[in-house]
Amino acid sequence: MDWLSFTLITTLIKIVGLCFVAILGLVSYTVYAERRVSAIIQDRVGPNRVGLPLTLLGFKKDVSFLGLFQPLADGIKFILKEDFTPAHVKKFYFWLAPALCLVPALLTCAVLPFGSSITIPWNGSERTIPLVIANLNVGPLFVFAIASLGVYGIVLAGWSSNSKYPFFGSVRSTSQMISYEISLGLSLVPVLLVMGELNLVTISQQQSEHGWNLLPYSLRDGFDLNRWLLLIPLGLAFVTFVIAMFAETNRLPFDLPECETELVGGYHTEYSSMKFALFFMGEYAAMIVGSGITVTLFLGGWSLPLGLDNYLPKGTVWVGLLHTAVFFSKLIAFLIFFIWVRWTLPRFRYDQLMRLGWIWMFEICLANVLLTAGILWYIS
Amino acid sequence: MARRPLVKNFTKGACCGHPSFHIEPLGIFPDPMSEPTVAPAATDAKPSVEMVNVQVDGVWMKFPKGMRMIKALEEAAKVIPHYCYHPKLSSPGNCRMCLVEMGMPSRPAPGQSEPEKDEHGFAKIQWIPRPAISCANTISEGMGIRTASTMVEEVRKGVMEFLLINHPLDCPICDQAGECRLQEFSVGFGRGQSRFQDEKVHKPKNQDIGARIVLDDERCIMCSRCVRFSSEIADEDVLGFTERGSQTVLTTHPGQRLDHNYSLNTVDICPVGALTSKDFRFQMRVWFLKETPSVCTGCARGCNTEIGSREGVIYRQTPRQNDDVNSTWMCDQGRLDFHWVNSDRRLIDPMLKDGAHHRTTTWPQAVSAVADKLRGLRGDQIAIIGSGRMTNEELFMLKKLAAALKTESLDIVPRTGAADNYLVSADRNPNTAGAGLIFCDRPGSTLATIRQKVASGEIKAVIAWRENLLEQAGFTVEELSQLEVLVAAHVMANAMAELAHVVLPTAAWSEKRGSMINATGRLQRLNKASEPPGNARDDWEVLRDLTQALTGTNGLYLVEDVFKSMATEIPELGGLSLGKIGEAGLPLLPSSEVIPLLHREADRKTRGIIVG
Amino acid sequence: MATKLLKRPKLTFGEKIYLPAIAKGLIITLGHAVRTFLQINAKKPKFTMEYPEEKWDAQLPDYYRGAPALVTDEHGRERCVSCQLCEFICPPRAITITPGELPKDDAFAKVEKAPREFKIDMIRCIYCGMCEEVCPEQAIFLRKDYAITGTSRAEMVHDKTRLYEIGGIRTGLVNKWNDLK
Ligand code: SF4
Ligand code: SF4
Ligand code: SF4
Ligand code: SF4
Ligand code: FES
Repeated sequence: MDWLSFTLITTLIKIVGLCFVAILGLVSYTVYAERRVSAIIQDRVGPNRVGLPLTLLGFKKDVSFLGLFQPLADGIKFILKEDFTPAHVKKFYFWLAPALCLVPALLTCAVLPFGSSITIPWNGSERTIPLVIANLNVGPLFVFAIASLGVYGIVLAGWSSNSKYPFFGSVRSTSQMISYEISLGLSLVPVLLVMGELNLVTISQQQSEHGWNLLPYSLRDGFDLNRWLLLIPLGLAFVTFVIAMFAETNRLPFDLPECETELVGGYHTEYSSMKFALFFMGEYAAMIVGSGITVTLFLGGWSLPLGLDNYLPKGTVWVGLLHTAVFFSKLIAFLIFFIWVRWTLPRFRYDQLMRLGWIWMFEICLANVLLTAGILWYIS
Repeated sequence: MARRPLVKNFTKGACCGHPSFHIEPLGIFPDPMSEPTVAPAATDAKPSVEMVNVQVDGVWMKFPKGMRMIKALEEAAKVIPHYCYHPKLSSPGNCRMCLVEMGMPSRPAPGQSEPEKDEHGFAKIQWIPRPAISCANTISEGMGIRTASTMVEEVRKGVMEFLLINHPLDCPICDQAGECRLQEFSVGFGRGQSRFQDEKVHKPKNQDIGARIVLDDERCIMCSRCVRFSSEIADEDVLGFTERGSQTVLTTHPGQRLDHNYSLNTVDICPVGALTSKDFRFQMRVWFLKETPSVCTGCARGCNTEIGSREGVIYRQTPRQNDDVNSTWMCDQGRLDFHWVNSDRRLIDPMLKDGAHHRTTTWPQAVSAVADKLRGLRGDQIAIIGSGRMTNEELFMLKKLAAALKTESLDIVPRTGAADNYLVSADRNPNTAGAGLIFCDRPGSTLATIRQKVASGEIKAVIAWRENLLEQAGFTVEELSQLEVLVAAHVMANAMAELAHVVLPTAAWSEKRGSMINATGRLQRLNKASEPPGNARDDWEVLRDLTQALTGTNGLYLVEDVFKSMATEIPELGGLSLGKIGEAGLPLLPSSEVIPLLHREADRKTRGIIVG
Repeated sequence: MATKLLKRPKLTFGEKIYLPAIAKGLIITLGHAVRTFLQINAKKPKFTMEYPEEKWDAQLPDYYRGAPALVTDEHGRERCVSCQLCEFICPPRAITITPGELPKDDAFAKVEKAPREFKIDMIRCIYCGMCEEVCPEQAIFLRKDYAITGTSRAEMVHDKTRLYEIGGIRTGLVNKWNDLK
């Protein structure tokens, strides 16, 4: 009983903390970052104003905090905007779609290990809390399974909107997602072959001990040529995975489902107010989770580089928190990379997108699997 | 280029009507008059007519002898700009816009028996150095016509320049803009710039010359179409020119006004904005109007019309050419009888009587209320009074309702007036013939009997469709009040609707598709120009729902289906469909009626006064 | 115009895999980002003005396309004759005109026509200037007002009064309704 209530409470805290505080908080600040980064890339300033409206309270000056309150203002705006449901839509599905878009993205973060573990005293005994919501031993598969549900949101949105641009957007999105899901899955196979493991917690753990997959050096183990040899397929896997990730999350240069120049707003053209915001959040949440997976699989998850974790005491609260901080720093760095790429590259043409997906990515990923297997066989 | 088989009204440019959107110089004025029905193929049609060979822009063609040049050129699909010529009026040849280059076959040189031949074996053409008007000359054997030579282009430019010398730059405030021949031809054939330095001649503007007409003399180009129309067609010679040269003005003869019942036709044929309709003036620019071909329902003539509407509001109605019905004219009374369509008095919700007052309700409730009220009654206790203003489809559905109720007391309300000697028919119901064919045997014959039975209480329920029984049919308020059930379908609120237990709002003639049969037995089609207001519905749908509520069967979802099932039941309509009727209509029933205006027109045509 | 045929350049392998080009692009954007970041930190961004404290109103060029408005001329005549050409040309259909007739005793009765109501829906207007360009009467101009706000849809519809208020009097226009011309 005691064990059950403990697990329930900690899991609930983790769910609320990760899904709602961390991820949704990150979503709003990613949007803010997107705006500021895009601004400086384009020699602009970006939103730098929204802060505390102290003048309303009789003070001389507002405090702007670099515009850090912008997401808050955006949120309020979204809530207050007219929530308009056009007459020609299929109401039920029209309402369902935004939720279907956001929920899978939030679900997938359940298997992300966002830190090592924390041991705290509870009812007189020591208890260890693993810093992951669900310690599944089929982590990546779960992520793929759930993440691909997100496409239903988009398809339903496009179809139920009963209007041409959303329809085109959703058709594009579907074929794009299906095409790139294959490369996404295949590009991970080398990692799984090398790690021999499907559990994201264990994968992070191993990287913390033996060095990251992309930085295979740990002070304890020393130099290991075999692992550096494996860096070739792993590096390739990283590149293909990241590209497929971009395509899966509909980010530029692959944002054809919602490309403004052709499709107005793509699948969410007919949406407004909070329903639109849900799509928006779903998209960014997917991006965050995608970054999380990349970080976990290739960049050591919550671990410090070079196997430094081996020298830290395990399970203490501050180490747990340090690991969480490390995880989120990596995540944020990767998000900024996402943004940076978006404001650098132009959009693909649709046939180019499909060509890249089927002719290049798919083949390269397949070859990479064989290459990894070959190297592993050679090493052993 | 596919041309529409039927032309619209004469002077109204058939093309899109916006001044600045004419791009090609030719073919932009698909002249309504110049419908090249079957070009030179007329040869095959009537071999008895003597044919002559004419060279048009270098191509030899055959035309019937004695044909007007402009008509022959039309048939050769040439665009000849013109102002004063109108096929239904005499040709004074006074605007000079239709000038072409003409040539005659050369005669044999002295000492030769044969003239010199061209490569087609025709005598070589000697071109006349002076242009000729094509509207008043006829063709002859071996003649040559050039419509696009430099000379023709130059003279057109010249004529346009003269016409524009004193023309005010009124286009922004001129009602004709967008369908103005002067605009169109100056874009197509004019110089594009004025060289005139002096002050323009000023003439009276905004003159009230008739009950429905305003005249602006500055804009008049003295084509005299309006003058000829009034004297030749309407037999009221009220218009004429006074003064001379640049000072010439059109005016009414002293003490007279342009007030006859066909006066608005002068507005249609005026190629410029000199004559404007008080009713349509400044209401809406023509380029916004959606043009829906329809039929006037003012009387049994069924003049073909075009309804000009924008965003569900009708702004005008103009005649559409149909040489078997109304030529190119219509009476003012019929033309202006549309303002009620957009009036505030339209019924927009079905209503049920609750005690002394009506309350609005929904269609399903109204329909089931009618069905409930009628279900307890025997067939001989129910009478159905339809209207000669209903379409065939509606009458057919009303008949179906009668069958479902097993009643045999059916009739329509006759409506008559004096016929004029032009178009207006004595029968003011547009579809009496249709009612006779589809609904009741001799329309109007049993109405008195029904009224008696209502008075005696034998008939307990009356369904009145689109007729105010108090007005036309002579029922009294007492008679109608004693009825157990009174169902009334109306377009407008009226005194009889006040008495009805159920009021059903239905659609005006411009808000539906359907067919009617006119006094000469011609089957014609109405098209939908706008939507019924509020919750008002198409009559046939309401009738279908009523029948359905009573019988539980019926699978008609389109008015086309109604016609289809009508065509299977009524032999005269066999094999027809709404689509097959076409915009020109089809002769259906035999009739001995003569249309006075068309009769005189045919006469003038045989005498060669008009082209026709 | 002569047609010039251009050959597609042959790409080397390095160019074909795009990754170097992408890297180059990323470096360029990074350069911009860093530069602007430093400028912002030093509180003097190169191009941006801090609206509303700083405004560019004084430098707005004459052809600036702000809110469309109707103008009166020096004779006090409302120039619009409700020809409805602007209503026709307006791409987002922002303009709705109810034409009307001038009373016979009006000083400019000769002009016959004036708008009874003239509405521009500023939610729809895209400030394209087509209305100004098409107007045959020099009656509608895009003025320099760009901060058009309102708290309801109705408020965003400029009616005739408001349009003349924004437009004001404009002198030196062609006066074709003068009898002298
Ligand atoms: S008023 Fe019109 S139709 Fe009559 S003469 Fe003048 S231009 Fe011709
Ligand atoms: S004659 Fe009859 S059908 Fe023709 S316009 Fe007049 S009322 Fe209408
Ligand atoms: S500026 Fe453009 S969009 Fe605005 S009213 Fe004028 S024409 Fe319409
Ligand atoms: S185009 Fe000019 S004159 Fe015509 S309606 Fe518009 S503003 Fe008035
Ligand atoms: S049309 Fe021939 S002279 Fe007028």
